[in-house]
Amino acid sequence: MACDAQSPTQPATDTSCPQVVAALGARFDDIQASEFRGQTRVVVPRDSFLAVMRFLRDEQQFDMLVDITCVDYLHYRGAEHRFGLVYLLLGTRHGKRLTVRVYLDEPDLVVPSVVSLWRAADWLEREVWDMFGIRFEGHPNLRRILLPEEFTAHPLRKDYPLQGRGERHNFPVLRRGAS
Amino acid sequence: MDGMQLTAVAEQPEGAAEQDYIWTLNFGPQHPATHTTLRLVLKLDGERVVDAVPDIGYLHSGFEKIGEHLDFNQYVTVTDRMNYISPMANNVAWHHAVEKLLGIELTPRCKYIRVIVAELARISDHLLCTGAMGLDVGAFTFFLYAFYQRERIYDIFETLCGARFTNSYTRVGGLMYDITDRVIEKIRDFVRTFPDTLRDMERLLNRNRIFVDRTQGVGVLSKEDAINFGATGPVARASGVTRDLRKDEPYLAYPDFDFQVCCARAGDCYARYLVRMAEMRESLKIIQQAIENLPPGPVNVAVDERLALPDKSQVYQTIEGTITHFELIMPNRGFQVPCEEVYGAIESPNGELGFYIVGDGSDVAYRARCRPPSFIHFALFPHLIRGHTLSDVVAVLGSLNIIAAELDR
Repeated sequence: MACDAQSPTQPATDTSCPQVVAALGARFDDIQASEFRGQTRVVVPRDSFLAVMRFLRDEQQFDMLVDITCVDYLHYRGAEHRFGLVYLLLGTRHGKRLTVRVYLDEPDLVVPSVVSLWRAADWLEREVWDMFGIRFEGHPNLRRILLPEEFTAHPLRKDYPLQGRGERHNFPVLRRGAS
Repeated sequence: MDGMQLTAVAEQPEGAAEQDYIWTLNFGPQHPATHTTLRLVLKLDGERVVDAVPDIGYLHSGFEKIGEHLDFNQYVTVTDRMNYISPMANNVAWHHAVEKLLGIELTPRCKYIRVIVAELARISDHLLCTGAMGLDVGAFTFFLYAFYQRERIYDIFETLCGARFTNSYTRVGGLMYDITDRVIEKIRDFVRTFPDTLRDMERLLNRNRIFVDRTQGVGVLSKEDAINFGATGPVARASGVTRDLRKDEPYLAYPDFDFQVCCARAGDCYARYLVRMAEMRESLKIIQQAIENLPPGPVNVAVDERLALPDKSQVYQTIEGTITHFELIMPNRGFQVPCEEVYGAIESPNGELGFYIVGDGSDVAYRARCRPPSFIHFALFPHLIRGHTLSDVVAVLGSLNIIAAELDR
């Protein structure tokens, strides 16, 4: 917090939301909050994740889901968990932003889907499944989105090499006239 | 009456799809009206679209994986290739997020130049979007008017940084080159003459009966849906969402300029077209204000911050310059990055373009997630097209401005 007061890149409009963190802390257990460069982040345990998201949408007016992404902390110094999901929320009425994080560890890579709350989550969750292999429970159509169906790996994981594993050479070649 | 029935069909695509009069049409991936490589599988009842299933990923090139292996300055070349219609805006977005992570305050001159190039990119993007949309619904002249002006913007960029298409103009803490008098002259010329073309373009299409009939009431997006689907930029503003990051979360030098946020209520293809046309005029206002009030001084941050490469006279004549040059050039040195995570977004021509960057102490991002507006907007497509005719597919696709390179990354 003290660091933020001196930060030169502090936005002219304040998007941090300590009052939301306070409301969350009063309602749910095990909410860890932090702040960096004026951005408020909360870490939520997976068990209460869906309830927290519903609370944020219905009672704190976070009506827009900006992005869902994931970070693989396999080689990250000091990391305690393998995967960290990132949900970026925005309230279009009050202009506040909140980052919600959920940590997951192998082999239990399942998290409840938020498609029922924000339809924007549909493709975003499919992309996270495609790239990281995290299952979203309750997603209506959890298929790969960018990579072909027959692909077996999840390439944005840190143990997947940049050059791939030769999948490209094994794709079936379609020719004109062949059925 | 007819329309009512079809909406009812659209609500139950599974049941409807089994009926034998429904047939499937493959649209793309190689089709001129898809603009780039994207594929749609359309379920048709005669000429009506019952359902559309987008199939994307044909241009997936692993940009986010590459981002974990290139340093913050090298990766800017990859951002050029995301939305290649407005690469300058992507450059600005990427380094905006990086500088947010590093906590750098840019020089006033750098901020102004970045605003100018980002707004030129916005005009260039909107010209292509509206021009191609006009072309798709049959207005060929309009497209040529738009493309001639895009050429002039490319000329400005070429004079500015040597590259017409893939600019890679920004650097951490500054820019590749300072703006020159010749560029300023060209931009002034563009600002002076572009409004005439814009007026011609509006006269060509705004009341053109064919164009209005083909776009008004087509692909209507309500305000609630726009927010729920995460739409941003002109697509959301055409549906009455009054959000613009330039006003709501001002970055760079945007608080200094007088401009308006252009919105519409209808939410159809015509409203999206009108919003884009109006935004070009506002962008022109910003460019004019910026170019006439360009602050003097350096474009890069000071040498002692050790972020931007110092110029040669400093390297050869001052010890600080030599040290900075050495630190930045030698492998395993580079600049210091906090072990933190940050999300930085700008209002790109297409909507909110953000990067979620995880720093691990080195000058290579541990994770470089891009929040692509095209991806979010294309997810809207099946929702918008249901119940419309096959010929409306190109109008809706054109009005969303889907850039497949950004869609698939």
